[in-house]
Amino acid sequence: MNGALSHIRICDFTGQLAGAGATRVFAAFGAQVIKIEDPVTRGLWDILRGMEPYVDDRRGIEFGGGFNNHNIEKLGITLNLRTARGKELLAEIVRVSDAVTENFAAGVLERWGFGYERLRELRPDVVYVSNCGFGHVGPYSAFKTWGPIVQACCGLTFESGLPGMPPAGWGFSYMDHHGGNFMAIALLAALHHRNRTGEGQWVDMSCTDAGATLLGPAVLDYTVNGRGLRREGMPHSNHNQSPAMAPHDIYPAQGYDCWVAIACRDDRDWSALRGVIGTEWAADPRFDTRAGRLEHEPELDERMAAWTGPQDKFVVQERVLAAGVPCAAVQTPEERIDHDPGTSGFGLWPTVEHTEMGRVRVDGLPYHLSATDWRMERGAPCLGEHNDFVYGEILGLSEGEIAGLRDEGVI
Amino acid sequence: MTGQPAPDPIEPPGALDGLKVVELASEHAAFAGKLLAGLGAEVTLVEPPGGAPMRWYEPFVDDVPDPTRSLWWWHYEQGKHGVTVDLDDASGAAEFRRLCADADVVVEGEPPGRLAALGLDHAQLRAGHEELIWVSVTPFGRDNPRAHEPVVDLTVLAGGGPVWNCGYDDHAIPPVRGGGNQGYQTASLHAVVATLVALLVRDETGTGQHVDVSMHAAANVTTEAGSYSWLVARQTVQRQTCRHAAVRPTQGTITLDREGRFVPTGIPPRSGKEFHVLLEWLASHGWRDEFPEAFFLQMGADRGGVNFADIATDPEVAAIFGAARDALIFIAERLTAYEFFVEGQQRGLPLPVVYAPEEVMHDPHYRARGFPVPVWHEELGRAVEYTGAPFHMHGSPWRLDTPAP
Repeated sequence: MNGALSHIRICDFTGQLAGAGATRVFAAFGAQVIKIEDPVTRGLWDILRGMEPYVDDRRGIEFGGGFNNHNIEKLGITLNLRTARGKELLAEIVRVSDAVTENFAAGVLERWGFGYERLRELRPDVVYVSNCGFGHVGPYSAFKTWGPIVQACCGLTFESGLPGMPPAGWGFSYMDHHGGNFMAIALLAALHHRNRTGEGQWVDMSCTDAGATLLGPAVLDYTVNGRGLRREGMPHSNHNQSPAMAPHDIYPAQGYDCWVAIACRDDRDWSALRGVIGTEWAADPRFDTRAGRLEHEPELDERMAAWTGPQDKFVVQERVLAAGVPCAAVQTPEERIDHDPGTSGFGLWPTVEHTEMGRVRVDGLPYHLSATDWRMERGAPCLGEHNDFVYGEILGLSEGEIAGLRDEGVI
Repeated sequence: MTGQPAPDPIEPPGALDGLKVVELASEHAAFAGKLLAGLGAEVTLVEPPGGAPMRWYEPFVDDVPDPTRSLWWWHYEQGKHGVTVDLDDASGAAEFRRLCADADVVVEGEPPGRLAALGLDHAQLRAGHEELIWVSVTPFGRDNPRAHEPVVDLTVLAGGGPVWNCGYDDHAIPPVRGGGNQGYQTASLHAVVATLVALLVRDETGTGQHVDVSMHAAANVTTEAGSYSWLVARQTVQRQTCRHAAVRPTQGTITLDREGRFVPTGIPPRSGKEFHVLLEWLASHGWRDEFPEAFFLQMGADRGGVNFADIATDPEVAAIFGAARDALIFIAERLTAYEFFVEGQQRGLPLPVVYAPEEVMHDPHYRARGFPVPVWHEELGRAVEYTGAPFHMHGSPWRLDTPAP
C-alpha cells in the first residue's frame, strides 16, 4: 500500500473550501480523488480557481492560491454533463467509485439525473455525502450560503465579539474549514460502516447544523437556566465563561497592533504571574482568589494592560510561560509560519509542485499517523490535467476515443 | 415521567457500532470523544478519583456549583459511560491496562511524558495489541520543541492564527477570540478525522497506530486566507468588522435592523437578475420611490449586471454597485433581522441572520430537521434540549440522547 487510503476512489464534485477541504484529507492519504469540473465554465463554479493570492504576475484559472491549497493531490478531469455522453461517462465513474461527494446547492445533482437512488443503481454500496448550507431537508433547504452566512445563522458570529460592539465574527470562513472536517468525518464513518456491513448510504449534511453543534454549553445555559447569550454585557469572548477565569484577555503590547493573550486558570497561576509582575498592585488581596479577580475584573484588566503595554509581546510570552502560566503573543501569519518552532517542528507547511505555479507552500494536516502518515507533493490539478489518465487508465478509453470526446466538447 | 423520550426500536445502529473507545477525561479531547459517541462508538470515560476538574467548569444548573451540575460537563461528556481509575496507583494502572486491552481506540490529552512515566503510554500498551489505535491530543504534539508549554483555548487561538483575523476595523481595539472553546474543538475535529483514517487503514490491515494531534497546528491550518496569503504571496491579511480579514480593505456592510439588532448585509448583488430582485423587493413594500438610488438599480438591471473589476475605472459602475449596497442597507433598516434574511433568501439573495446560540433552538428550520434533541434528566424531572446531529447519516444514524456520566 503506498498510502493509507490508496484503496479508496472518490467521484468528487466538491469545491470552495467547505467541500474541497473534506476530500483534500483523502487525497493527502493517497486516495484517488477524481475532481470533476465543467469545461464550459472552465471550472469557475469554484471561484477560488482564479482568485488571489498569486505566486507571481500571472493570472487566470490555473493561478488561484487558495484553489491550489484546497485541492492538493487530486486528479482533475473535465466533464460536460449537459451532454448525453457526459452523463454516460459520469455513470461509469460512479460505478468504479467508493463515494460521491458534492457541496452544490440542494438538488443540483438530482436535477442532473444523479440523485441518490440513481447513484445506488449504478453502485449499490456507494456512499453519497452532500453538504450544503441548510441541508437537503427543511424549510431553508433552497437558501444560499457562504461561510460567513453559515456562521451567522448558527450562532458562531454572535459568539465572537466584545460588549457593546457589533459582532466581530470570525474574519474568515471558519465553517468552511469545519464544514470540510465534518464532511470528512461523515464520509470516513460511512466507509467504515460499509466495510462492516456492505451497505452504502446517503449523508445529508447541513453546514449550519454542523456549526450549531459547536456552541453547546452556551445553548445548555439557555435550555437549562433560561439564560441566553443575547444579554447585557455579552458576549465578551476574550473573557471566558466556561470555565470562568481572570485574568483572561488579550492585552496590548509595545508596537502598532501588537497584542498578547494571558490566562490564569487558577489561584496558583495567579500567584506565579504576580511574581512575574512584581509590582505592588499585583499583591492586592482583592485579587488573591478567583472570585475576587472575577469581581474586580475590569480593574484587573486595566492593570494588566498597563503592565503589558510597554513590553514586547514575545518578551511577555517568554516571561509568563517561564512561570508556567498560559500566554501567547497574537502572532501574525509571518511569525507563526516562518518563525515558530511549534509549526516548523511539526512539519506543518509542506511544499507542493503545481504544474503551472511551480513550487508552493500549503497548509499541512495538524496530526501525524505513526504508520501511514499523510503526504503532500503534487499541487492542485490544472483544468482537465488528468483527463488522459482517468478516461484512459481508469475507464479504459482509447486515445482516439478521448480525442473524440475533446472534439465533441464532452470533456 | 411525561416527556421522557421512548427509545426508537427500529432505528439502525450507528456507523461506529461495536467500536470500543477508552477516553481519559480531558478538556483537549472531550469533544472528540463526544463525536465518536454520536457516531455509535461505546465510549468509556476514565476519570481520576474525586472526578475530573472539568466537573467544576461553569455554568452550573441554577448556578449551584456541584460536580454533577456543570453544563460544560453535560455537553461534552454526553453519551459516554464513566469509570473512576487512579492511574497513579498500581491497581488503577492495572485496571487501565485491562480497559485498553479490550479497546479499539484510546483517546487522551495527557501532558506529553506523563503516561510514559507511568508505563501506560501507547508504546507500552500497544505491545501485543497491535490493532489498538491510540490518539493523543496535546497543545503542540507529543514531540515538539514547544511540547511542554501550558495553554488554554485563548492562547491556542491567539498564538495559532485565528485571533489575528478576527476583530474590528479600528485596530486600537484588541483582536477577538471567537467564543465557545473553538481551539479545543478544532483540535478535536481533526483528531476524529485522523482517528477514522486510522480505522479505515485498520479495516484493511488489521493494524492500529499512534495518532499525534497538535492543537497549535490545528489552529494554524484553520485561518483560511490568513495562512495561504502568506504562504503563496507573503501578504498579510488585516482584520475588519464582521467580515473577512483581507490584504486590501473592503467596505463595511453592517447596519441595525428595525429593532436595533446588527445585520451584516453581505456581498452586494452584481448580476442583472439580482438588480431586478432588489427593485421588486423594494416595490413589494412600497419603498421603490422612497429609495433615492432606484434609478441606478434600474440601470444595473438594464445593463444585465456590472463587473466588480470595473468599479475603479467606470463611475457609472461604481454608482450602480453602491446603489445595490445601499438598497440592502435601506431594506435591512426597515425590517427585522429575521424578515430581512427570509425575504432576501426567498428571492434568491444569499443573506444572513445573526442568531445568538440559543435562538438556533427556536428556528423553524433547525426544528424541522430535528436538531434540538431532548435528553431526559432524572434529577430535574424533565427533558432538556441539547444541540443535535451535525449531519443526517441515513443508513447509520447519529445518536446521542443520554446524559453525561
